[in-house]
Amino acid sequence: MKAPSFAYAKPRSLAEAFDLLERPGAKVLAGGQSLIPSLNLRLSSPELLVDITGLSGLNNIELGNGAVRIGALCTHSEVEKSEPVRKHLPLVAEAVAHIAHPAIRNRGTLGGSLALADPAAELPACALALDAVLIIAGKKGERRVSAGEFFKALFETDLKPAELLVGVEFPQADKSVFLELTRRLGDYAIVGLAGVTRSAQKRICFFGIGGMPVLLRPKSLEEAKSSLPTPSADLYHSASTKLHLAKVLLERAWNKL
Amino acid sequence: MEQAVATTMTVNGAQVTRSIPARQHLVDFLREELGLTGSHLGCEHGVCGACTIRVNGEIVRGCLMLAVQANGCRVDTIEGLSDSKELEKLQKAFHEKNALQCGFCTPGMLMAAQDLLRKKTRPSREEIRAHISGNYCRCTGYQAIVDAIEEVIHG
Repeated sequence: MKAPSFAYAKPRSLAEAFDLLERPGAKVLAGGQSLIPSLNLRLSSPELLVDITGLSGLNNIELGNGAVRIGALCTHSEVEKSEPVRKHLPLVAEAVAHIAHPAIRNRGTLGGSLALADPAAELPACALALDAVLIIAGKKGERRVSAGEFFKALFETDLKPAELLVGVEFPQADKSVFLELTRRLGDYAIVGLAGVTRSAQKRICFFGIGGMPVLLRPKSLEEAKSSLPTPSADLYHSASTKLHLAKVLLERAWNKL
Repeated sequence: MEQAVATTMTVNGAQVTRSIPARQHLVDFLREELGLTGSHLGCEHGVCGACTIRVNGEIVRGCLMLAVQANGCRVDTIEGLSDSKELEKLQKAFHEKNALQCGFCTPGMLMAAQDLLRKKTRPSREEIRAHISGNYCRCTGYQAIVDAIEEVIHG
């Protein structure tokens, strides 16, 4: 199908972007790898697309203070290839390789994936497991929100209208493991797990099991298994299959953390 | 609101300037405005890979990019890569190994396969499969396609 009609603007500065985003029916376009399918399927009908890919300074990857700061406009391919990410954030480097396919990773952005908050996506789970800080800019300046407070519900975040996610700080972990089960390579997860150990504390985040990623901070494997919520069934997998698979991933992950 | 945006891009080496409706995606523009019908439209929501093209040297889904977003970009399609003979070996191997039947997926498959050959010197069968995982073929069962790509790698 073809997308409905909309107007298009490509701001050159954040200030111009905020002005455009205040217009009725305005929506942010970054890599477009989730937005354009939803336009083509007519699931979304914005009046104005504000293409933020012309904004400068939003695609850097910097290391500092025990964290890696990644600009919101970095594509998944750029994150995947980044030396600082591979060295200091192996969890994220492993996770992005699971996002769709090379041609999609070349356009899709880190900020776009987090701002969409798809419960089956890899990056929101990584942000929660690592306790990342999301940097949000608006007309009144910047604010910092922890991943735990950023993700509110299914496809809902703390982002207000006319605000932009500009970057994310991922604190390093001592150990990490990323596991994902899919029917075919590049599909959305049947169930997936992003786990880290930091200061002897395990943080394990499941995705693809319900309306939100689920973060556990278990002391033991038994405690982790028993605190897993009952997953929602999807078109192909029952709730009990998903729960079983989540426990399988948990067992595989536990000894690596 | 319908809006047309003045857009300039370089398609297969030639500069093109057009006023493009904001809602038109890049493959519709290439096919309908420029007559470059080698890039195919299958699912039109990023699943099948038949519309794979190169933008600024990297493969993308042509249906998941607005044509106006290609302003200032270099766009290369199956036509350009065929004419420049960049795909010659792959095309010959696809022919010889019977790596296509109906041919609908083939332009996208060649674009994805060539992308791998440019980036990795000796990819394994697993790596080949991973790289073309976003390109659907409903005829061959993929074995012959992987065979053809391997043929080019090992000569």
